[in-house]
Amino acid sequence: MSQRQSASLDRRKLLADPVMVTTIVLLIVFLCVFILYPLAILLVDSIYSQNTGLTAGFFTGIFGEGVFGSSLAKALLISIPAAAISVLAGWTLVNREREGDASVQRLCRAMPLLSLILLLLAVAVYIIAVFDSGSPVAHFLIRVFEGGFLSCIAAALVQAVVLTPLCYRLFDGVLRLSNPSASDEAEKKALQKKLQIRAMTLAAVLFLVNLLVIIFLYASVHGKYSFIIAISNTLKVGFLVGVLSAGVGLLFAYVEVYVKVRTKFMAGLFKVVSMLPVVSPPFVLSLSMIMLFGKAGIITRHILGIYDNNVYGFWGIAIVQTMTFFPVCYMMFRGLLKNIDPSMEEAARDMGASRFKVFTSVTLPLLLPGIGNAFLVTFIESIADFANPMIIGGSYDTLATTIYLQITGAYDKNGACAMAVVLLAITMMMFAVQKYVLERKTAATLTGKASRARMLIEDKSVIIPLASLCSLMALFVVVMYICVPFGALFKTWGRDFTLTTKWFEQVFDKYHGLKAFQDSFWLSFIAAPVTALLSMIISYLVVKRKFKAKGFIELVSMLAMAVPGTVLGIGYIRGFAGGMFHTGFLQGIYGTGLILVIVFVVRSLPTGTRSGISALRQIDKSIEESAYDMGAGSMKVFTSVTLPLIKDSFLSGLVTAFVRSITAISAIILLVTPSYLLITVQINEFAEKGSYGIACAFATILIAITYGSVLLMNLIIRFFGTSKKTKEVE
Amino acid sequence: MSEKQSVKQPKGVQLDHISKIYQDPKTGKDFYAVHDVSLDIAPGSFVTLLGPSGCGKTTTLRMIAGFESPDEGEIYLGGEPINALTPNKRDTAMVFQSYALFPHYNVFDNVAYGLKLRKVPKNLIADRVKNILSLVELSGMEQRMTNQLSGGQQQRVALARALVVEPGVLLFDEPLSNLDAKLRVQMRTEIRRIQQALGITAIYVTHDQSEAMAISDQIILMKGGVIAQMGSPTEIYYHPNSEFVADFIGECNFLKGKAVRSEKGQTLVQLDAGAAAVNTSKTYDPGEDCEIVLRPEAILISDEGMLPCTVELSCFMGSYQNYHVRVGDTLVKITDNCPINKKVFAVGDKAFISFDPACAHLL
Repeated sequence: MSQRQSASLDRRKLLADPVMVTTIVLLIVFLCVFILYPLAILLVDSIYSQNTGLTAGFFTGIFGEGVFGSSLAKALLISIPAAAISVLAGWTLVNREREGDASVQRLCRAMPLLSLILLLLAVAVYIIAVFDSGSPVAHFLIRVFEGGFLSCIAAALVQAVVLTPLCYRLFDGVLRLSNPSASDEAEKKALQKKLQIRAMTLAAVLFLVNLLVIIFLYASVHGKYSFIIAISNTLKVGFLVGVLSAGVGLLFAYVEVYVKVRTKFMAGLFKVVSMLPVVSPPFVLSLSMIMLFGKAGIITRHILGIYDNNVYGFWGIAIVQTMTFFPVCYMMFRGLLKNIDPSMEEAARDMGASRFKVFTSVTLPLLLPGIGNAFLVTFIESIADFANPMIIGGSYDTLATTIYLQITGAYDKNGACAMAVVLLAITMMMFAVQKYVLERKTAATLTGKASRARMLIEDKSVIIPLASLCSLMALFVVVMYICVPFGALFKTWGRDFTLTTKWFEQVFDKYHGLKAFQDSFWLSFIAAPVTALLSMIISYLVVKRKFKAKGFIELVSMLAMAVPGTVLGIGYIRGFAGGMFHTGFLQGIYGTGLILVIVFVVRSLPTGTRSGISALRQIDKSIEESAYDMGAGSMKVFTSVTLPLIKDSFLSGLVTAFVRSITAISAIILLVTPSYLLITVQINEFAEKGSYGIACAFATILIAITYGSVLLMNLIIRFFGTSKKTKEVE
Repeated sequence: MSEKQSVKQPKGVQLDHISKIYQDPKTGKDFYAVHDVSLDIAPGSFVTLLGPSGCGKTTTLRMIAGFESPDEGEIYLGGEPINALTPNKRDTAMVFQSYALFPHYNVFDNVAYGLKLRKVPKNLIADRVKNILSLVELSGMEQRMTNQLSGGQQQRVALARALVVEPGVLLFDEPLSNLDAKLRVQMRTEIRRIQQALGITAIYVTHDQSEAMAISDQIILMKGGVIAQMGSPTEIYYHPNSEFVADFIGECNFLKGKAVRSEKGQTLVQLDAGAAAVNTSKTYDPGEDCEIVLRPEAILISDEGMLPCTVELSCFMGSYQNYHVRVGDTLVKITDNCPINKKVFAVGDKAFISFDPACAHLL
């Protein structure tokens, strides 16, 4: 049957299924109204207002007059010639080498090494310049970029020299893999296209890097434009957190998968670490960081005797975020490492490679796309994070906090929209790279299944340092979490360590604690099943059915992952405060609990959908087909066959959604009205005021709720879950 | 293509009372995965470790490679004890069941991996990789990525990668089990050809008895961590030392009886259905319990003969006629080759079976 016929047959089948069609239509409406529309309204508001009409003024307003335009112009001025020259030079080298020019061939042999050295050098220069704006390197670069036309051309030439070896390698790689005697016209065209794509990607990346570096450097010169500084701050923190989290996560995963550590203590620590990202409420690490290392911190003041330690700012955020996000990387790497066929490493070892060589020549190259993936995921999370920079950032503003202040403090709606658009653009770009480049590469290199159990490292000289490093770090994280409940039990943290229940009493007597918990609990309790069901339906449609809007549904529900909560919050304010398109339609939901529930649902949808998709992919299609065959409708098949099979995934999705909702803050804080008290908002308020006792008391109860619900989930899964039964059968 | 390549001297392998103890993950009890195995593998020979799954054959191979260390005993490679050496220091190269090709390298880089580690000069690497790839008939595929190759081609790359480092002993861990039946037969012939061309020592693990017989100089049949029997394929096939060996290698019939007398290398055995003579090397006391081991193809079925029987199944298989006949209480399988010009018995027919005393074996 031809493609077309089968497609039309599918459509006819689908139309005959009214339940399915209604579901799909409703789903599309929901996604459009609550995800796409708020984002679209942001875009509109950032370039249009009723007073000014269509304008770029909001962008220049936040960037500072002329800075944005001139950085853009300069980045173009440098990048275009640099890319053109290096592409041409690289292409010439490749061709001359193939023509058999002896001297060129000798030169080309050095290219891989040369490109590596030059690139590392360039990266080092940029990193120094960006992270240490007082250094001579930064001064020199500022002078070059601030300089006129000639200095820009000079910069372009230098960049061309750095990039030429890279271009050579890019083209060489394409040509080498292609058939040398490509006589076929189509094959030649495909080759050409490949080369063009590589050249264009290179030019685009170069342009972006230049633009970013110029903005960074300008930020240190034009200090008065707080937004540029916020961008540069955010990216700096994000970069560092990405690197650190990926590094620590890899260390943990490596120790778990490769090293023989038998003690129960270690196993327990690792389990705790892997559970943290699920149950961790925001603020907690920031709070305990301040209580342990701040001015009145136990460790700094009482143990080390340091009285003026400043935890606020860059390093505070970076450390807290690393501790918050590295477990995510750890889980990702653990999955990847377990997927590497151990016999691949045994083969390398058998050929004579030492353990270290096996790691660098086999394990690491296989992991490389995964490392990039983990880095970007954490980068996005860090950039979007609102809670930690709010508490521990001090005067170090990031994009998320700047936007929040812009709308709550300065009440500049259009400016905030423009900022939100910039933040969204950054996360979207990274999300696109992560999803479409790195995830595919990871899947391509790691398709192997483990053929037999891995030989674990038993060498004491490897085990002891690695294991103790991991335990120390894990213990540190655990201590940070334990610190919070204790903070709520002492009279005045740092001064008066007498035990008291006054903070808990105050929470309930003075600050409407009970109402806060009830509101938080009920809203999350309503949101959780909706999210779980919705994500199961989406993943079911995506995995098991064929229809036109499928790609759209999958994309939009995943897109929500790349939308920072702050951006979504602003979008909802702009989109629904005056009703949809300022017509008053749906205005009724603004300021009610309903919009909060919707935000909860939208924010947890991507995680639920992703785990649902992976659970459903494991179910053989023929099981459902046999149900259809026996006369069940699509609804019946879903409820009687599919749903029972993914019960575990559904249950854990339920609890994840609940926990995510009850600990959510970034979007909620912009939308919450006085009629609703939410725990996280309360914690933020008191922590900002410096009332750490009350903040800790709130946080303790929040931790208890989240942890309790996760325990409950495990119990429920143990009693009602399907996986155990099926496992036993196996 | 030059079949004879210059290879350094192949090495022999000795296992001296090797044991490996594992812990049962369910009960937590220790058990012997390999128990007191001693072997002497001559340089240049092709030895197969054969046995059902869990018999310890792969563990033995992995101990030789160095991935597991024996709990008792010593392993010698070329006369040197190697227990203390890590896998990368041993002069062995292994071909893995899953091929274990590096997906991030192309064919050339995969094969050159071991040579690069040995710091062989670049132009020599190119030459040697080229030679070995032509030996495994993969010339011109150097730049392919491994996921662009078929299963058989991947297998050849894995073989080339192991061969190119010219190991003292080549190890195979069920290398053909992921291929389809036809390719398996082709590749095993290929492996044998290359091994003989290079004169290299090879140790081969498989659970496929036909593969083992086709390929080896010597078969070591293992069961439950110990050696059940070792010997040449013909020895093991015709003179199995136990019911397990006889049954594992090919199809087999067992006829229980009592010895009547032994003389001149022949023993007369009294069965329920009658008496039969079998060539034996040792003598049996009269009245001693014994079992005649009979291969299905060694039995003749006709209208007259030694033992009467009833046909219970008669099935035309193309090149032979397959019978199940009842002799006394025992079911006997018979394959009667070239049935075209013979009498074919139908189910329920009465017939007689007979066999040459030289073709039977007494346990």
